[in-house]
Amino acid sequence: MSGKPVLHYFNARGRMECIRWLLAAAGVEFEEKLIQSPEDLEKLKKDGNLMFDQVPMVEIDGMKLAQTRAILNYIATKYDLYGKDMKERALIDMYSEGILDLTEMIIQLVICPPDQREAKTALAKDRTKNRYLPAFEKVLKSHGQDYLVGNRLTRVDIHLLELLLYVEEFDASLLTSFPLLKAFKSRISSLPNVKKFLQPGSQRKPAMDAKQIEEARKVFKF
Amino acid sequence: MAEKPLFHYDEARGRMESVRWLLAAAGVEYEEKFIHTNEDLEKLRSDGVLMFQQVPMVEVDGMKLVQTRAIMNYFSSKYNLYGKDMKERALIDMYSEGLADLNEMFILYPFDPPGVKEANIALMKEKATNRYFPAFEKVFESHGQDYLVGNKLSKADVHLVEMIYNMEELDTNILANFPLLQALKTRISDMPTIKKFLQPGSQRQPPVDEKSIQKTRKIFKF
Repeated sequence: MSGKPVLHYFNARGRMECIRWLLAAAGVEFEEKLIQSPEDLEKLKKDGNLMFDQVPMVEIDGMKLAQTRAILNYIATKYDLYGKDMKERALIDMYSEGILDLTEMIIQLVICPPDQREAKTALAKDRTKNRYLPAFEKVLKSHGQDYLVGNRLTRVDIHLLELLLYVEEFDASLLTSFPLLKAFKSRISSLPNVKKFLQPGSQRKPAMDAKQIEEARKVFKF
Repeated sequence: MAEKPLFHYDEARGRMESVRWLLAAAGVEYEEKFIHTNEDLEKLRSDGVLMFQQVPMVEVDGMKLVQTRAIMNYFSSKYNLYGKDMKERALIDMYSEGLADLNEMFILYPFDPPGVKEANIALMKEKATNRYFPAFEKVFESHGQDYLVGNKLSKADVHLVEMIYNMEELDTNILANFPLLQALKTRISDMPTIKKFLQPGSQRQPPVDEKSIQKTRKIFKF
């Protein structure tokens, strides 16, 4: 059985968006079963479909895979986006983890309590400008290649592009000092599968504002 | 060149302890260069050997690897603790990632203020007892084998046993209703290299106490 992967999540970016990006970049069509009510989520749990009672969950190749990284790792391996050997995978993992850390920091801003938002926003900007973006600018500069690892497209290029777009939404001025990252962003955005995902009408999800998230929290009680 | 891996971290469990457990299980010797002061950390940063200015960092096979997951995935691949194929790795990742969520709480709770600390201890016990341990007990019930995946030792088993020891520090009876997890704990603990790791004088780090909290705060300035 090899139907399309089925993604179970809310109609939101959250912890599923990086998976949508990776599948799209790999040219893999997928279906989404959006969780639209507490009953939908409760049914998934009661049916024993969620190993730790949590989403994201992806039905793929006979498995009901939970945990974002487990899902990403599987997709990347399956579609040859995880490097050619153990050492390339180590670099890809190191870079990807940094990207996921910063992505999480930026994503959390919209749900953080108002009294903390100013401090956390300042911290996120500082980390973006002084820690993470310099690190990746340096990687691109050191090898002068079009992709981060192994001179070919891997998952980490997709994760970094996704992050750069969030940084741009967050504060476009943060990117100005990083010419290689800007060129990287253009290059990866122009890949056919990625370009298609960036078009209106794709399965890419929009940003949610604080009010929408607050509504969702009330509905789902988290 | 096959030097021993060299660990850079403070003399504490923190985010390196799971790596220590993993190498113990693999029977791999390593060295540790402990960070004792903020100056030690700043030197590593200014030497440019910390990609994201953070530890853990492990020097291994010509790489300076940061990010705990990148380090653990590399060692797991290298020492055959990561399953025999893509699907086994997916299960191992799902199980390991579930445990990582609980482990994150365990790493951070000693630094919580009073009140918050007690609430987080209660939350960890509740999650272990009602979410994580039942899920893993069920895995063992369903396949009746000695290890979580593929009928052989993997990183998921090591992480689970480490977590069992951690949760038992919070509640010595926490495994009372999980006979198959008790059996796993015994089985893994009796492995020669783990048995040695569990003895005094090994590279295993002790529980966090007030003195080590103060030292960690001084090193990382928080």
